[in-house]
Amino acid sequence: MAMTEAVPTADKPVSPQGAAKAPARWQDFVQLLKPRVMSLVVFTGLTGLVCAGVPVHPFLAGVAVLCIAVGAGASGALNMWYDADIDAQMRRTRGRPVPAGRVQGADALALGVVLSLFSVMLMGMALNWLAAGLLGFTIVFYAVVYTMWLKRWTAQNIVIGGLAGALPPVIGWAAATGTVPLNAWLLCAIIFAWTPPHFWALSLYTSEDYKKAGVPMMPVVAGAASTRKQILVYSLIFTPLCLVPAFTGLGGLAYLAVAGLGGVVFLLLAFRLFASHAGETGAERNDAQDAQGLYDVRAGAKDARNLFAFSILYLTLLFATLLVEHLMGLKPLELL
Amino acid sequence: MSDPASESPVEAKARRGRNIALALGLVIFVVLVFVVTIVRLGASVANRPF
Repeated sequence: MAMTEAVPTADKPVSPQGAAKAPARWQDFVQLLKPRVMSLVVFTGLTGLVCAGVPVHPFLAGVAVLCIAVGAGASGALNMWYDADIDAQMRRTRGRPVPAGRVQGADALALGVVLSLFSVMLMGMALNWLAAGLLGFTIVFYAVVYTMWLKRWTAQNIVIGGLAGALPPVIGWAAATGTVPLNAWLLCAIIFAWTPPHFWALSLYTSEDYKKAGVPMMPVVAGAASTRKQILVYSLIFTPLCLVPAFTGLGGLAYLAVAGLGGVVFLLLAFRLFASHAGETGAERNDAQDAQGLYDVRAGAKDARNLFAFSILYLTLLFATLLVEHLMGLKPLELL
Repeated sequence: MSDPASESPVEAKARRGRNIALALGLVIFVVLVFVVTIVRLGASVANRPF
């Protein structure tokens, strides 16, 4: 996909982050850290740390996971600082602390910078500097490369930017061993390939918001039909990739079963989405549905919603199975 | 930033909450660094030149 597509990119206003209108509560600062994203990052980072198979002092393991969580939170705060102008225009994000006027942009920036520095330094001192370097790279990649550059410039924003969300298991692995072998990168590759079908399925029924905000998401730039086709292509890459850990001494029998069965369901949902009209006129959400959360959509977008919801469940199951297998000491398959 | 002398009860409550959260965060960080030092150095913690 060309990176130079003519897309309606958002121009960054001079001052998107106005002064706070209401007193900021401490809960608003917690919200800046994107706790839901943080929980997924913690989970995959912990999986990487455990799958490394090297005994780590439990306290240091806890510190490593905390650093990954705080680093992810810092990225979230930096993202909310920079994207306040976009967030203010989208129904899903306009209630965030900065666009809602509860936290000043400068305070969100300060929180993000301070937490980034603390998390990277603590990771370096407590574990090792490879893990700290990877954590620092991830924060910069998400906050600068994705948020400030890719997001407003190309429809490939979430494909390339997905690397930031895919790195936590590598950081966890590095924290445990000081190295990053092929299996660590395999976990990264699985999340990286998962990201496009996951986010594009969501954007198929929220594209009006992105269009209004000038964010060049794939359905806005290439249209719904092309997006559905690309979701299918990435799904055909992603699902076989999920089986690979069973061949490289990382996943066991339970993992193979979950990856195989879940992969079939994932592909089925991707095919159904491909054959549907999701993302075309009439499939958009409205204000009432926004109040219900991301899973309540109009009939035309149900296939997109189903793939979006299942993608979260599938990735969670894959990593949970790996985690349980390694915690229980079950033997990996090593089919190769 | 509001002036503490002229702020409303709501603002004062929010400020108190933020201050407590900040204090807790700093205390947790200090404790973390202390315990990490003990765990990393163990018995060697006192074995250094002055």
